[in-house]
Amino acid sequence: MHIPDGYLGPATYGTMYGAMIPFWVMASRKLNKTFKAKQAPYLALGAAFSFVIMMFNIPIAGGTTGHATGAALIAILLGPWAAIIAVSVAVIIQALLFGDGGITAIGANCFNMAAVGSLAGYGIYRLIASGSDAKSKRRLIAGAVAAYVSLNASALLAAVQLGIQPLIERSPEGQPLYSPYPLSITIPAMAIGHLLFFGFVEAAVTALVLKYLQRNAPEMIP
Amino acid sequence: MTTIKKLWIGIGILALLSPLGLIIPALFGAGGAWGEWSLEEMKKLVGYVPQGMQKLARIWRSPMPDYAVPGQKQGLTIESLGYVLSAIVGIAITAGAVYLITKLLGRKNGSD
Repeated sequence: MHIPDGYLGPATYGTMYGAMIPFWVMASRKLNKTFKAKQAPYLALGAAFSFVIMMFNIPIAGGTTGHATGAALIAILLGPWAAIIAVSVAVIIQALLFGDGGITAIGANCFNMAAVGSLAGYGIYRLIASGSDAKSKRRLIAGAVAAYVSLNASALLAAVQLGIQPLIERSPEGQPLYSPYPLSITIPAMAIGHLLFFGFVEAAVTALVLKYLQRNAPEMIP
Repeated sequence: MTTIKKLWIGIGILALLSPLGLIIPALFGAGGAWGEWSLEEMKKLVGYVPQGMQKLARIWRSPMPDYAVPGQKQGLTIESLGYVLSAIVGIAITAGAVYLITKLLGRKNGSD
């Protein structure tokens, strides 16, 4: 769900930069207030994880691929604002160095995967996990559900941003100027892969890492 | 060994295994992700390249497009090596940048 350059028109990618900047500002402030310098290596690790897990493209029927993002996991372990920074940096490096996701779409891609992915994942995890023991099974279920919903929220947003293009960006002759598929195609196309498959991959990755930490370093699970 | 060292080893293993993200889709004949087509693929899909897309698509030239070393030969082995190298470069730069940002932002709290 790395939207490339050329798929979103200026109105959309401009709006999405505008929507993302407050999250970056807020995340910086939150980190400044609450994040301890000694946590820096952990967030660097989280960002590295997000970067590399997104390289694991998984094929599904229909000839397309998808991947996990790690946003929910990082948000669960280090907080949603820290996760926004970590996943944003991974997304920005992917765009700048590897052409994965457009530079015009950095605002949109960070909004979808970093901001919404992290906040949704964190919120759902807290909701389900609150009051349970760090080593409990409920934490694993909470992590899995949070990861599943988080990735699907990100995918749905990308689908909406792509799907509104033919409505708002047309040539005088009525031809779409950017992403040509309407919402009635983009939403099912993105939702099916993520609801039926990639969401479960994200859930499994998140629960597995949480399980490992429960066994080996329960103090890392807040 | 500290937990963070073990976790970094885990990241290293993921980097070495990353070509699975290239090889497995190739085995199944899968293309890229939905909605991330090249201009050529777009032309095949809808019969034309949208005008705005044509203009914007090449706005940025990344140094290692598609996680490959520029000029590398085709073939899954070479592409896998390029993919691992891209993973290592990407991990190092991403982790380094986040480390610096967090150190700078989090410095007021010192090292307590």
